[in-house]
Amino acid sequence: MSKINVTVNGRPVAVDAGSTILDAANKAQVRIPTLCHIEGLEPTGSCRVCSVEVEGRKTLVPSCAEPATDGMKIRTNTPRVLLARKQMIQLMLANHPDDCLYCMRAGDCDLQQMAEDAGIRERAWRRGEHRSHPVDRSSPSVVRDPEKCILCGKCVRVCDEVQGVAAIDHAGRGFDSFVLPAFDDELASTTCVNCGQCVAICPTGALVERSDLSRVWRYLADDALVTVVQTAPAVRAALAHVYGMSGGDAEARMVTALREMGFAQVFDTQYAADLTIMEEGTELLHRIQEGGPLPLITSCSPGWIKFAEHFYPDSLEKLSTCKSPQQMLGAMVKNYWAEQMDVPAENIRVVAVMPCTAKKFEAERPEMETEGGRDVDAVITTRELIRAFGEMSMDFEVLEPGEFDRFLGASSGAGAIFGATGGVAEAALRTVFYLLTGENPGPEDFEAVRGLEGVKEIELTLPDGAVVRGAVIHGLGNARRVMDRVASGETDYAFIEIMACPGGCVGGGGQPYGADLQRTAELAGELYEIDEKRVLRFSHENPEIQKAYEDYLESPLSDRSHALLHTQYRGRSQFSAEDEASE
Amino acid sequence: MNPTKDTITIIVGTGTCGMAAGANKIHDYFADKIGEAAPDAFQLKRTGCLGYCTVEPIVDVEIPGWPRVSFGPVTLDNAERLWDMVAEGGELPTEFVLGTHSDPGEVIELRDVPVLWETPFFRHQKRLVLKNSGIIDPESLQEYLTAGGYRGLARALEMSPAEVVEEVKTSGLRGRGGAGFPTGLKWQFAHDAPGDQKYIICNADEGDPGAFMDRSILEGDPHAVIEGLAIAAYAIGADKGYVYCRAEYPLAIRRLTDAIAQAEEAGYLGNGICGTDFSFELLIKKGAGAFVCGEETALIASIEGKRGMPRPRPPYPAQSGLWGKPTNINNVETVANVPFILADGAEAFRRYGTENSPGTKVFALAGKVKRSGLVEAPMGMPLRDIIFDIGGGVQDDKAFKAVQIGGPSGGCLPEHLLDTRVDYDSLVEAGAMMGSGGMVVMDEDTCMVDVAKFFLDFTASESCGKCLPCREGCARLKETLNGIVRAHRDESPEESLLRFQAVTMMEDLAKVIQDTAACGLGQTAPNPILSTLEYFQDEYNAHVFERRCPSGVCTALLEYYIDPELCTGCGLCVRRCPDDAIIGEKRHAHYIATEKCINCGTCRQFCPFGAIKVR
Repeated sequence: MSKINVTVNGRPVAVDAGSTILDAANKAQVRIPTLCHIEGLEPTGSCRVCSVEVEGRKTLVPSCAEPATDGMKIRTNTPRVLLARKQMIQLMLANHPDDCLYCMRAGDCDLQQMAEDAGIRERAWRRGEHRSHPVDRSSPSVVRDPEKCILCGKCVRVCDEVQGVAAIDHAGRGFDSFVLPAFDDELASTTCVNCGQCVAICPTGALVERSDLSRVWRYLADDALVTVVQTAPAVRAALAHVYGMSGGDAEARMVTALREMGFAQVFDTQYAADLTIMEEGTELLHRIQEGGPLPLITSCSPGWIKFAEHFYPDSLEKLSTCKSPQQMLGAMVKNYWAEQMDVPAENIRVVAVMPCTAKKFEAERPEMETEGGRDVDAVITTRELIRAFGEMSMDFEVLEPGEFDRFLGASSGAGAIFGATGGVAEAALRTVFYLLTGENPGPEDFEAVRGLEGVKEIELTLPDGAVVRGAVIHGLGNARRVMDRVASGETDYAFIEIMACPGGCVGGGGQPYGADLQRTAELAGELYEIDEKRVLRFSHENPEIQKAYEDYLESPLSDRSHALLHTQYRGRSQFSAEDEASE
Repeated sequence: MNPTKDTITIIVGTGTCGMAAGANKIHDYFADKIGEAAPDAFQLKRTGCLGYCTVEPIVDVEIPGWPRVSFGPVTLDNAERLWDMVAEGGELPTEFVLGTHSDPGEVIELRDVPVLWETPFFRHQKRLVLKNSGIIDPESLQEYLTAGGYRGLARALEMSPAEVVEEVKTSGLRGRGGAGFPTGLKWQFAHDAPGDQKYIICNADEGDPGAFMDRSILEGDPHAVIEGLAIAAYAIGADKGYVYCRAEYPLAIRRLTDAIAQAEEAGYLGNGICGTDFSFELLIKKGAGAFVCGEETALIASIEGKRGMPRPRPPYPAQSGLWGKPTNINNVETVANVPFILADGAEAFRRYGTENSPGTKVFALAGKVKRSGLVEAPMGMPLRDIIFDIGGGVQDDKAFKAVQIGGPSGGCLPEHLLDTRVDYDSLVEAGAMMGSGGMVVMDEDTCMVDVAKFFLDFTASESCGKCLPCREGCARLKETLNGIVRAHRDESPEESLLRFQAVTMMEDLAKVIQDTAACGLGQTAPNPILSTLEYFQDEYNAHVFERRCPSGVCTALLEYYIDPELCTGCGLCVRRCPDDAIIGEKRHAHYIATEKCINCGTCRQFCPFGAIKVR
């Protein structure tokens, strides 16, 4: 690729042709603040805070959108640039609430940080008109406060261009613009899949998860309740990143931290991941042997499930009937564990810590109930967990390592990698291989499914010589492309793993702010390291799983496991008006 | 269509503006009269707009042996006299005759009637683009052909596309939509862009308040636009084109639709145009009326069915436009210049206008001017000539204060700049811009703060809302101006302070918006403020510091008071005052409590003694 030479603040730098000014500045290690920029997507140049001076140009140019050209002389910090940037920030603040103290983003807000960096100490435009719009709390996952929106449009682009959902868009014109669902409907009545990618990318408090932390504290304060917790693999990976330690260390300290919070038992969602592999692997073999329906598509990701219900209702029979690990673990707690420990199920509360906002929605689905009651009672995100640590003034780094509780706490490395795209497929293949051959494969035999390519393919040769093909997909936009081909019968996949979020659960909408693909890859790396260090690498070798089948479930796909661990989904309309009409 | 030598033809100008002035009623009147009299002896036709708004509705008459004669304004009151002349041989109604369509110097029957083109409104104009408008029947392809139509396309098709591009480059034609980018260069980019599929788009999303030249061309001479687009398509290698026309122009859309059908029928559009292997399909896309859709990337988004918002350029449409294909976009007036350039050659075109801005420009001359309308002047004509020679000067002979040029993106130029030549570069230098050619004349009674407020209201409400400086910045500028004209007594002391603070920040903000907004709409939105600040600072000072509006336009700043010398204490004003703001004993001079007065002016209207005054 040909190179272009530019100078940024006098520093010469060579960049590839097609690079933007922002790319060049990054390469020259000159920081330009941005708000609306999303790495990897087409620039929109809407916020203009990245405007810089280019010699010979009449106006300032947005560095995120302007291609660098050879010989360009760029200045990012002239008085003219700084004045313009200050004005931009002032204009945002002029139309933004002043309740930072009470905002969920306080201290972790891009706008606040930018105002701080710019040294703004006074509101320039006071008492002016404010756009006003009620807060939308309809969704169990995402709370929308349009008054805090600075209209950078990132949520719109992520929802449309990355996730292929397009539940929200710009509406209205000029000063009366808002980002809204169509017809200003409530988010809950739209095709929003609750993935929370909009929340993760929102620079302000305009989109936040619904916080369930206070409910969790209430459970913990109630002596009549036995409140237990489960944590997903991606949570420990994020904690490792936040606190600068290995995944294994973070996992062990997280267990201690959760005990300190007051949870009666600390269980591992990875246990349920192993259980999922037993059920889903068996289901796959059944379907292959009995002629379908194929491909079997994974059902761990609640964002993906709702996406399929809206956009591919005719393909729902292809979804695995397995509940997600979160729900399986809840069902196991309230039935199996309750019976083993002789605790009345109605006194148990199951809290799940998830990298995911859609898990909140999933926990409230009517399908997710057994004789023991609701599978899961409250879901908090990784971010909420870290906030809880903050409330406790806990120094995570100095905690003693702890271990998960018995019965539902042991997990294999296969369960750990569930949190990364390709992890479910890899874990399943390890066990399917065993189920078919009676021998374990090498634990890294299927590592071809790792990595951040949007759609990956894998082949498994069965003992009879038949080749089974599968696909691994992350990001719903990628899922849409493959599902269109599945729906029209153009594929011969036997199985497909689909995770709603880019990178899988490690890139979930409930993870700490500041996600990008590089961090997602790093978090996935933590999980692969946990797997590698585990003695136990195969779900079917998990002794607690084996014990659960011996003592309680009998076998995968037994009547009892069907009652507790499986469910079915129904199609949903793409138009809320139709939902209302059909009621 | 082929009247005999004895047929009398009556032609009614029924552009949208003519219709607004009542042209349809006049048309119906003559239709009835002809029906009653002798349908075979008369022909009744329609034409587009001649541009002379002040004298609409205009009716032309063609009587055998006479040159064509224009009359106006023709109303239901005087139409009978015209009919009397036409049908009964009655006297020519001199008081509303406009002129004959004869060539100057031609010896004609009607020596007492002036030649239309030598009357003051037309004498200084050079009509290249408007030459057919108001003359031919826009619904007749034959009349367009008779007027020399499709000669340009025929010549273009004998040349190579590259030669056509070269011809337009040589002509020096610049975009008439506002920015003045060289059209030939734009064509060159699209011509050179690799791609099998290319598009041509005609921007007919005319949205400047008061500008209507594009509408008038589409209504009065639709084939000129079709011909220009076919030439452009041939030059860049497009086989498909769109005219993006605002839906508020139903007549323009209807005329264009009909003209496209005629052109397809006659082989000027469609497959194998004029017997060559060049094919071109032209479609109309109706816009929903968003001003920002005049910006080319927003326009493209709108055609694609997306929200009309500009996107960053580059890539320019010439590389990646409609559906990601190379696309050339030209405004209606630009396109309408093309047939002439191809038919008569670039040099013929360069005979008009200036070195850097050749050709003519159509202006919508409006406001406090005696003769308003669409005028086409050679580039480089001084503003003074357009306003005073063509427009006849300021209405009621009041003092000239300013002329606003370039629509909402333009600027207000004061009297001392009246000798500014009207071309792209001189106007920008003076602090205005060509824009699409709006030209609003303002007299001494105009408040310049109010003018700035009007245009800012417009741009603020037409901002698409995408980029921050335009969306939020224009709103703050608008608020600041509203604060300036707000009555002092409605303000708390803190609000007064904030008002002052905002005024001090206004100019800086305006410049930052210019410097950072994403598209032309935003970048030029502060122009009305900046140009009025530059040339009419004293008016701002009067509003801000003295809290008064020198022109008496900003009513909230007026102060009503009673002259005790004139007041008889009759009490009439007390009864009329809606807010109990007038105090006084009977038969003694009354007094207005300023803090209660809402400046409605009712008392002044009713005082029989003229005792109520304003300051």
